[in-house]
Amino acid sequence: MRLAHRFAMENDLIRADMVEATEFPDLSTRYHVYAVPKTVINENAFIEGSAPEGQLIEAIVNALEENTRKSES
Amino acid sequence: MRPRHREDYGVSLIREEDKSAIGDVLKSLVNPVKLVHFTQELNLPYGREARELLQDLAALSDKLSVEVFNLLLDKERVAEYGIDKGPATIVRNGKDYGIRLYGLPAGYEFSTLLDAIIAVSQGDSGLEAETRKKLQEISRPVHLQVFTTPT
Repeated sequence: MRLAHRFAMENDLIRADMVEATEFPDLSTRYHVYAVPKTVINENAFIEGSAPEGQLIEAIVNALEENTRKSES
Repeated sequence: MRPRHREDYGVSLIREEDKSAIGDVLKSLVNPVKLVHFTQELNLPYGREARELLQDLAALSDKLSVEVFNLLLDKERVAEYGIDKGPATIVRNGKDYGIRLYGLPAGYEFSTLLDAIIAVSQGDSGLEAETRKKLQEISRPVHLQVFTTPT
């Protein structure tokens, strides 16, 4: 979790929410949160468990590319 | 450093024996940090606890302050910060970096809160140079939602 907040500091386009899963059951259901931590990137990419720095940035870049492909097709 | 439930301890959500340890951590604060908190105590299960926890925490450092808004009534602020649920806590200095915590920041999430406060106060993400470079190259909006639990 800490990484996500720190990522947000580097770029104004990035925002990072920590969500207490049990207090927001609707959101947890929507994103199929069965175990924590779980990271949701722009609604379309997911990371189960805690990801190290390199893995998280890679997942974000991939998610953005995926978004672009979808909007172009 | 784990805040307990209010009913267990009476006055403060932060245990007396943890206060000095947290105070020590907060000594690394450089610039002032503001916690902007949105709540609606009567309707939120941990609304009161969340507000009191933040206020107890802010009392431990003169560089830390809390501003509390009503999630339903303070519509302008809610819109300004893009808040859609509560309790919500924004960790910011002169700048809003987009750092949000939703729910009662207890247990594991309390250390997440402390970490965000320290990073914001120091104005430094502490990330590796390569990661910073890649983050700065991002040109489209990114919304990260990390689901956690207190334990």
